[in-house]
Amino acid sequence: MNTIKQRTMTVNGMPVLIEGEKNLLELIRKAGFDMPTLCYHSKLSTYGACRMCVVEDKRGEIMASCSTPPRAGMEIKTNTPRLREYRKMILELMLADHNRDCITCEKRNNCQLKELAERFGIDDVRFETYSLDGTKDHSSPAIIRHPDKCILCGDCVRVCDEIQRVGAIDFVHRGSRMEVMPAFNMPLAETKCVNCGQCAAVCPTGAITIKSNIAELWEMLADDNTIVQAQIAPAVRVALGDEFNFEKGENVMGKMVAALRMLGFDDVYDTSTAADLTVIEESKEFIERYSSGENLPLFTSCCPAWFRYAENYHPELMDNISSCKSPMEMFGAVLKEKAKKDAEESKSKKKTKVVAIMPCTAKKSEVLQERYHYEGEPAVDLSITTQELATMIRETGLNFADLQPEPIDMPFGIASGAGVIFGLTGGVTEAVIRHVIGPEDRNTLAEIAFTGVRGLEGVKEVKLPLSEDKELSIAIVSGLRNAEELIQAIKKGEAHYDFVEVMACKGGCIAGAGQPFVEDRARAERSEGMYEADRMSNVRTSKSNPITDALYRTMLSGHNAHRLLHYK
Amino acid sequence: MKITNRAELIKCREDALALLKSQTKKIYVCGGTGCVAGGSMEIYEELKRIAEEKGLACQISIEEDACGGEEGIGFKKSGCHGFCEMGPVLRIEPAKLFYLKVKPEDCEEIVTKSIAGDEVVDRLIYSRDDIKYPVQEEIPFYKHQTRIVLEDCGQIDAESVREYIAYGGYSSLEKCLFDMNRDDIVKTISDSNLRGRGGGGFPAGRKWTQVKAQKSDIKYVVCNGDEGDPGAFMDRSIMEGDPHKMLEGMMIAGYASGASEGYIYVRAEYPLAVERLEKAIAQAREIGLLGENILGTDFCFDLKIVKGAGAFVCGEGSALTTSIEGYRGMPRVKPPRTVEQGLFGKPTLLNNVETFANVPIIIEKGADWYKTIGPEKSPGTKAFALTGNIVNTGLIEVPMGTTLRQVIYDIGGGIRGGKKFKAVQIGGPSGGCLTEEHLDLPLDFDSLKKAGAMIGSGGLVVMDEDTCMVEVARFFMNFTQNESCGKCVPCREGTRRMLDILEKIVAGNGEMSDLEVLEQLADTITATALCGLGKTAANPVVSTLKYFRDEYIEHIVDKKCRTGNCQALKTIYIDADACKGCSLCSRVCPVDAISGKVKEPFVIDSSKCIKCGACMEKCKFNAIKEA
Repeated sequence: MNTIKQRTMTVNGMPVLIEGEKNLLELIRKAGFDMPTLCYHSKLSTYGACRMCVVEDKRGEIMASCSTPPRAGMEIKTNTPRLREYRKMILELMLADHNRDCITCEKRNNCQLKELAERFGIDDVRFETYSLDGTKDHSSPAIIRHPDKCILCGDCVRVCDEIQRVGAIDFVHRGSRMEVMPAFNMPLAETKCVNCGQCAAVCPTGAITIKSNIAELWEMLADDNTIVQAQIAPAVRVALGDEFNFEKGENVMGKMVAALRMLGFDDVYDTSTAADLTVIEESKEFIERYSSGENLPLFTSCCPAWFRYAENYHPELMDNISSCKSPMEMFGAVLKEKAKKDAEESKSKKKTKVVAIMPCTAKKSEVLQERYHYEGEPAVDLSITTQELATMIRETGLNFADLQPEPIDMPFGIASGAGVIFGLTGGVTEAVIRHVIGPEDRNTLAEIAFTGVRGLEGVKEVKLPLSEDKELSIAIVSGLRNAEELIQAIKKGEAHYDFVEVMACKGGCIAGAGQPFVEDRARAERSEGMYEADRMSNVRTSKSNPITDALYRTMLSGHNAHRLLHYK
Repeated sequence: MKITNRAELIKCREDALALLKSQTKKIYVCGGTGCVAGGSMEIYEELKRIAEEKGLACQISIEEDACGGEEGIGFKKSGCHGFCEMGPVLRIEPAKLFYLKVKPEDCEEIVTKSIAGDEVVDRLIYSRDDIKYPVQEEIPFYKHQTRIVLEDCGQIDAESVREYIAYGGYSSLEKCLFDMNRDDIVKTISDSNLRGRGGGGFPAGRKWTQVKAQKSDIKYVVCNGDEGDPGAFMDRSIMEGDPHKMLEGMMIAGYASGASEGYIYVRAEYPLAVERLEKAIAQAREIGLLGENILGTDFCFDLKIVKGAGAFVCGEGSALTTSIEGYRGMPRVKPPRTVEQGLFGKPTLLNNVETFANVPIIIEKGADWYKTIGPEKSPGTKAFALTGNIVNTGLIEVPMGTTLRQVIYDIGGGIRGGKKFKAVQIGGPSGGCLTEEHLDLPLDFDSLKKAGAMIGSGGLVVMDEDTCMVEVARFFMNFTQNESCGKCVPCREGTRRMLDILEKIVAGNGEMSDLEVLEQLADTITATALCGLGKTAANPVVSTLKYFRDEYIEHIVDKKCRTGNCQALKTIYIDADACKGCSLCSRVCPVDAISGKVKEPFVIDSSKCIKCGACMEKCKFNAIKEA
């Protein structure tokens, strides 16, 4: 064992113990100094391009702390006159050719470039702009590119390639003509982009943003002849609070329901209810396939970014992907079917529109897909993100913290805990296992929870003994690169699974790109929030949800279940 | 036929040498890019055709020709002789005749007099100050050089492995495989103090030791042939002229470090180098010097050529390996270093062409011998590409530590047109300029670093008094900005802003505060850029600002360029006293800026004038002047 001295270095004169930090940056932050960075994400490869995190050692050498490993005996300073001068110059250089319409920028409240410019007191930019031309790419249903605001930190490029293995965008050109764009500058909509939105989530400026449907929604809500129904995805409830200074991961479902009513929604439902339908349908499908041995492994279908990825890169797997619609689309179809019956009965001329509040940006594309349509019309008319909802709440002038919590509406007012945990990696699997395996008692549920389904790791494996000689083999992956590696392993015969759950975003929907941006810590807190909601549910399994039971006896009887709940 | 053991290699060498000895005369027509562009291949064909017509026994190559030891004349395409401005050139052995600026119509006479006979064609030989130099080695340009790496360049058939073997080629590999162990080899390289010729001057032995020490099943040897400095062509000449020397160096590196695969990264703008290397690799493979169980040992090694798209930054190690992997060539952060995780994430021994070409010589003659050339800490020779306003331009090789004065005056023949020496830009866009006060500075890694310049890969641009140093700085900054990969902010944006300011100054719109901003930018870029390209990008500006600040100030304050290089700062006027009113100037002016009545002085409308100088050239009375 080394002595303390052999494991210590100093930061601004303070001794700091080196505890396996991979770079100076992490060590400096541990020591309490927030180093400025614009291109550093601990889960992505170190890129080292913004040069904001430079430090100076005792010999006057300047080095980027993100890419220098700590060594015992090092003496570094993080805030010398030289460093201040360099940082200011670098910021000035970045700002010089940046669209500085900050007041009207979508990212005005959380732009890291703006934050650093304020922090370092940049009050003048001496250089002229040279490349700004106002072009934007609006082609995608989910993502808007605004190159004039790009600072070329490459975060989007790396997340798209390293985490999602999509590589829809990359750098082109050299020197000051460098840009990030899809190959051949094609519109994003024509690329293999899966709309996961993680590029926008990591973008430090307003160069990549999520398309807003707020204006359409206000129109809809203002129309007296339209009944507007909301369905809230599971993961939204543990993230919306971030926007209103709640504890990370706090469940704000009740307040959100109250807020939605005050915004003008006629009915407010919980997508978790439909997740219970998904569990029942998907379990049935799985048991059929498992008995026949056909089209195994069964891949889940509820994540639209994964679905698009499979369509783009693995058309050969489409038969393995569950024929179930996503909970959102199932619910859309059920709500539209009910609205149709109600209208027939009451002879009302009012239209019914379904709006989904989602943690997800890919859902904006999913609602447009014809395969999910209900009688030729979208089953879900609009999908907005958690962040869009927060914007609407603020725009209305509601004091979110002061709202009195309210319950969701009947007749769909019950969701099981199994439906709620759909929003995080392993949740779909756990819900299905609960459904497939035995009784709903505390011990069984606890046992299932400890099979390995829980946790935020990108790849998890679960073995579930079915009988003496039979065992279910399940894989749970989040992050599309992880999915791809798993698919390759399956194809090479190195791995065998019966059931594979895929979520495109690492950690699942709790870390969706429609959510307030999460650092890794907050992911765990959101995850805990969801498990707590599950624990507090009266109903823990999908089949014991009285609503689903009632639906299967009425609206979903016979072939109706397949008609409304499956896309093929 | 494969050579499968040491004895066979020795036999092959003897056979090849015997074949060469049977060539009573050898004609080496320069096959370097410069001479080829000047038509040397037509000359080669013409010489051969005429010789055959005259019934001379012509041997094209000892590779294919089964000349059976009968006497004949060898016609060879050699590599670059270095005296490029005198091209196309050819050498005739054994007389060592050196013919310059040869034209196809000269061939008849050359064949008759010098090939069939033993006469000299006087008008084709080099002469200076009324002295004639028929023998190549006597020409001052060559006499003051020490050609070790380039020794065979121009004096060997660049397309024949047997010829290389005949002159002792692959004997160093042979020595390594049979007489030395891996540690000995690495130690020899370390002891020789050989330093990387690519620019940084990193001790090669240390790199070799580190790669050898890595525990990995797969290791790579990579040769950096991405010579990107404007005006530099040392590596190209080696690849074109003596490819096997470099391949042998790479093989030795592979054997010593434990690598069995090598990559040569060559810019695609060097098609001839690629062709020669491909041929050399194919020949080496054919006779078993590349492949499995080389010379019957357990050493297996093979080489691949990867063509780069000509990005300057791909000369940086990590950008180069990234480019080989098929990605956009951008430097990455270090650690991990290339020796630990380089190409495909494996330990990689990366040196440049000239460095590898030094290796067989060091192995053959030993580290102690090598250290006798040049300064001990920075020994050996260095090839330079000598260009600019100098009498003899071309490729030269001198011992490290040779002074600038020797290079410019003894070898280069001084400044062209009797002008005054002003400065030399060394190390290309990453280097700095040296002035008159540095003429006696020894050219080696450490001395140059101290003077604020660097050897770089060896580009040497000589500038006379008519060169505008602000324009020089702008030129290099323009190059660097275009070649910046765009990754890190200081280099991408900072060089752009420096270029903007320099353009503003040469256009006559500079302000004194611009100099301060230039210096701030230079400081930030140098201190914070990610890779070597960025860190050195400001050097041309910093050094010109240091030595020629008055020129910057003249441009800014007096709106004047003393050299007349900066078009925007030039005004052209007609001296009314000298003008005879012949109207010739107004007729050649492409923009109708000159008007007047015949037989009366004409005038130039400076708002229309584009300063093309056409009028000045036409005027018979020297009436049109610059101010």
